[in-house]
Amino acid sequence: MDTNGNPGQRPAESIVVVGNGQAGIQLADSLRKEGHSGPITVIGEEEHFPYQRPPLSKDYLVAAAGGGAPAPLPLRAGKFFADNDVDSLLGVAVAGIDRAGHTVTLADGTVLGYSKLVLATGAANRGLTVPGAGLAGIHGLRTLADAEAVHAALGTARRVVVIGAGFIGLEFAAAARARGLEVTVLEYAGRPMARALSPAMSEWFAAAHADMGTVLRLGEGIASFQDDGAGHVAAAVSTTGTVYPADLVLAGVGVSPRTELAEAAGLVVENGVAVDASLRTSDPDIYALGDCASYPQAHAGIRLRLESVQNATDQARHLARTLAGTHPDGQQPYADLPWFWSQQGPLKLQIAGLMHPGDETVVRGDPAAGKFSVFCFRRGELTAAESVNQPADHLAARRLLTHKLPLTPEQATDPDFDLKAYSKAVPVPA
Amino acid sequence: MAKISFHHGDGSTDVLEVEPGTSVMRAAVTNGVSGIVGECGGQAMCATCHVYVRQEYLDALPPVGDDEDEMLDCTVDERTDRSRLGCQVKVGDGLEAIEVDVPESQV
Repeated sequence: MDTNGNPGQRPAESIVVVGNGQAGIQLADSLRKEGHSGPITVIGEEEHFPYQRPPLSKDYLVAAAGGGAPAPLPLRAGKFFADNDVDSLLGVAVAGIDRAGHTVTLADGTVLGYSKLVLATGAANRGLTVPGAGLAGIHGLRTLADAEAVHAALGTARRVVVIGAGFIGLEFAAAARARGLEVTVLEYAGRPMARALSPAMSEWFAAAHADMGTVLRLGEGIASFQDDGAGHVAAAVSTTGTVYPADLVLAGVGVSPRTELAEAAGLVVENGVAVDASLRTSDPDIYALGDCASYPQAHAGIRLRLESVQNATDQARHLARTLAGTHPDGQQPYADLPWFWSQQGPLKLQIAGLMHPGDETVVRGDPAAGKFSVFCFRRGELTAAESVNQPADHLAARRLLTHKLPLTPEQATDPDFDLKAYSKAVPVPA
Repeated sequence: MAKISFHHGDGSTDVLEVEPGTSVMRAAVTNGVSGIVGECGGQAMCATCHVYVRQEYLDALPPVGDDEDEMLDCTVDERTDRSRLGCQVKVGDGLEAIEVDVPESQV
């Protein structure tokens, strides 16, 4: 790299991306759009071409009920890789990183050199460790292979037990109910989606799932599984000793970031691969982003690791500009507003911003009609908005939080206050 | 099979033959039509599959849903009377062919 920072005079750097999920593929795409002309190699562990994971716990499970598994939605068509001169390696893991030599070694022994290395390794499902957790019929849901197995199992199952009332567990529960199965959800916490939602919204969702016919058992974790005598699960036994007969169990008990490569290479790991606000790890030539990375979160004011499509793709677009030297105002910290969504049967949940435990909450709209939002405030400032079937509120909240437009709890609850028009007001420069 | 034509700003056109029931977004993403992203996987959550449906096909489409209506308000390129989200427009069932113009930007 030349010393006057002129991006036009940089030699073409070779960029290797470990991981071909939403973050890794968006990064390759954005690097080319930002004008990076050097080699790009994206390495994926799965044999399958890169695909979108979010539909796998939703539409995918109700599509073609009784038939074969539907085709997944690709992240990019096959011709994207040829058209953009992106080298896509499938079905091969990375075995190790040699930081001093600037190489990665693949599981098949291939050695690849890099100028910059990007870890987009994502996360892995946490497994259950209780007795009987290895029985057939107990599934996780993350990869396409998982989803194909669950789709097939739904075709013959009658009674389903879900372990964990998080996004994945409840999306799956709603899909299984839509297919007419009996569904029980065990959640050791006192309310569903406790990590992501305010108590008010969490409690509304508990009632909504009960209305769908799902039995939601709160304060009840999994203790063990019973064998049907042939190595298949027959029942789940909860921490209260209650026995729930089941022929299909779905475990949705959270994820762990894939940090093993970073740890083995001696990079700093702190609830994920630790990066600074420019998404750089403790090695100046190695970056990390998406589900695997923890970063100083501008809106929360603390180091956080977020698991979402928005986080993966916005960080990828940001890092592409960093690596290509095309940030319009020079190097900028990553500070995009986090937002999330979940589709649980007919319920569209959208979250803008980051709620803190203990935030003051107010309700806008009509919970009884299933169209409303919870606005969260901390010391009088808006921190987050959670919306059900109310995308207008969600989009308004995103604009308010992005541009730091003030909102009072009184305005938020006032049905005559035109939130949408207010949020579109041109922000006054600071 | 149903036919979808994607007209680009540079004058080129991609023509796809797809199974009835396929959405404009899925057809574009699966076949690598440039300019259509589909970042949320087709749930009307992200407005990155914005298209302008050519006038002669507009009447054959189901009306814009509430969710779609709100998302169309935050497209990157200007919303017009011809704006739809590609994930909400499916071919087949009376709509055997459709032509759309692809916006300049989605993100």
